[in-house]
Amino acid sequence: MKLIQCAEAIVEIKDDLVYKRRVEKRYRVKAIDERIRRERTKSEAKLISEARRKGVPTPIIFDITDYELVMERIEGDLAREVIDEAISERIGELVGILHKNGIIHGDLTTSNVIVDRDNIIYFIDFGLSFIESSTEARGVDVHVFFQSLGGTHESYEQLKESFIRGYKRTFPTASKVLKRVTEIEQRGRYVERR
Amino acid sequence: MTLILGLEGTAWNLSAALVSEECVVHEAESTYKPLYGGIHPREAAQHHASELKKVVSRALRGAEKEGFSLRDIDAIAFSQGPGMGPCLRTVATAARALAISLEIPVIGVNHCIAHIEIGRWRCGTKDPVVLYVSGANSQVLAYRSGRYRIMGETLDIGIGNALDKLARYLGLSHPGGPKIEELASKGSEYVYMPYVVKGMDLSFSGLTTSAKDAINVHHYKIEDVCYSFQETAFAMLTEVTERAMAHLWKDEMLLAGGVGANQRLQQMLQTMCRDRGAKFYVPENKYLKDNGTMIAYLGLLMFNSGNTTPIEKSAVKPNYRPDEVEVTWRD
Repeated sequence: MKLIQCAEAIVEIKDDLVYKRRVEKRYRVKAIDERIRRERTKSEAKLISEARRKGVPTPIIFDITDYELVMERIEGDLAREVIDEAISERIGELVGILHKNGIIHGDLTTSNVIVDRDNIIYFIDFGLSFIESSTEARGVDVHVFFQSLGGTHESYEQLKESFIRGYKRTFPTASKVLKRVTEIEQRGRYVERR
Repeated sequence: MTLILGLEGTAWNLSAALVSEECVVHEAESTYKPLYGGIHPREAAQHHASELKKVVSRALRGAEKEGFSLRDIDAIAFSQGPGMGPCLRTVATAARALAISLEIPVIGVNHCIAHIEIGRWRCGTKDPVVLYVSGANSQVLAYRSGRYRIMGETLDIGIGNALDKLARYLGLSHPGGPKIEELASKGSEYVYMPYVVKGMDLSFSGLTTSAKDAINVHHYKIEDVCYSFQETAFAMLTEVTERAMAHLWKDEMLLAGGVGANQRLQQMLQTMCRDRGAKFYVPENKYLKDNGTMIAYLGLLMFNSGNTTPIEKSAVKPNYRPDEVEVTWRD
């Protein structure tokens, strides 16, 4: 048995199963805390299944209660540890598939992507995911992914370019989103406009 | 020993300070207070222009009492940005004039990073995740290979501006934050407000609208609306800070910027850190708000790592981002 303390949940791995329980956050009032945990648990289960139906590898959901999901265990490494240009490109393709199907991941960082033994890339943690087809939501999704590269990985530019290659391959209106990503980056206050 | 004079005037507070490796030698300040509404950039700049001579003289007189003279100053550091253009230009002009007459270099300092470095210095924290919250800024930052990276930030307005907007709506004078905090401490009934976290990014503009509606349309008590506004906004900030800490596996966090003085925000971050076995750091209030000491101190770090600014590159940068700065003073 293995216990992982994530930002908002405790993930318990027992044999072939993963139990993801959203834990109480004592820093926020109960009204907010319970609402956020319940909403995110429910929506996570729904969207994990939806993504897989569209061809993006995600864990199978076995059970769901108020604050807990029971899922299939995916064995592999976090993308943040093993990412290279090939992986980043494949992530781009899969994000393209999600976006084409109206799914926004909502927390698209390299900590939420697992690469298994057969190099299959799984997306996990759909806790902030939602259904939306706006350029804005897609742009924020990609922006969040790029930011996770900037914060933790050295070869930022190459990884970003590989991602874009993959994303354009599976998602017809990719360039519109990528243009928005630049705008979002600049909208964050205090961007040098070049 | 190095002695740096730092000038700060990005927004409403004008401040000058002398700092050496050992201590803050002396600081003086003068604050612009709008008669009504928020900060008017031109009026704030006029305030700075008329007060600059007095503030710098006070700082220098203070330093003389400690046994320093004008000739001991090694360089003039100033806030190059981000900030309000007219305010920045006024202070930068003074910095250049002083430097040229004393025949010493100027150092253009990034205001956000100055907030971070003064916090690290005063609290003795080495490599924290930083939550920087002020009027215009709400950012989560972490240091990685030569730069402070922005891990998450507001997608629209800063938390301080969101608080100020609500305060102005309630007819409270600038700065609104402390008055909202006071009202919030008397509230207890939570009113539903939008909680918008997108990965590590945040959005506050809907919160302000929702708070106005709660008062105007639904007639909730003002105290309860302020309470709910704070609880929602600060929970969002605490959540993204925790996400960044989890993502980067860091067990220290530093709070920086003027909104950091809010006791409820400090308490929430403190709780979050304690629950995940991390250390929470926050400097004294005088180093959370805009101050000349932090500018002088970052100037000192830059000067000692051979980093000064040629006059021709000293133009102000109203949109200066912290991740543009090459950090020369950290390993």
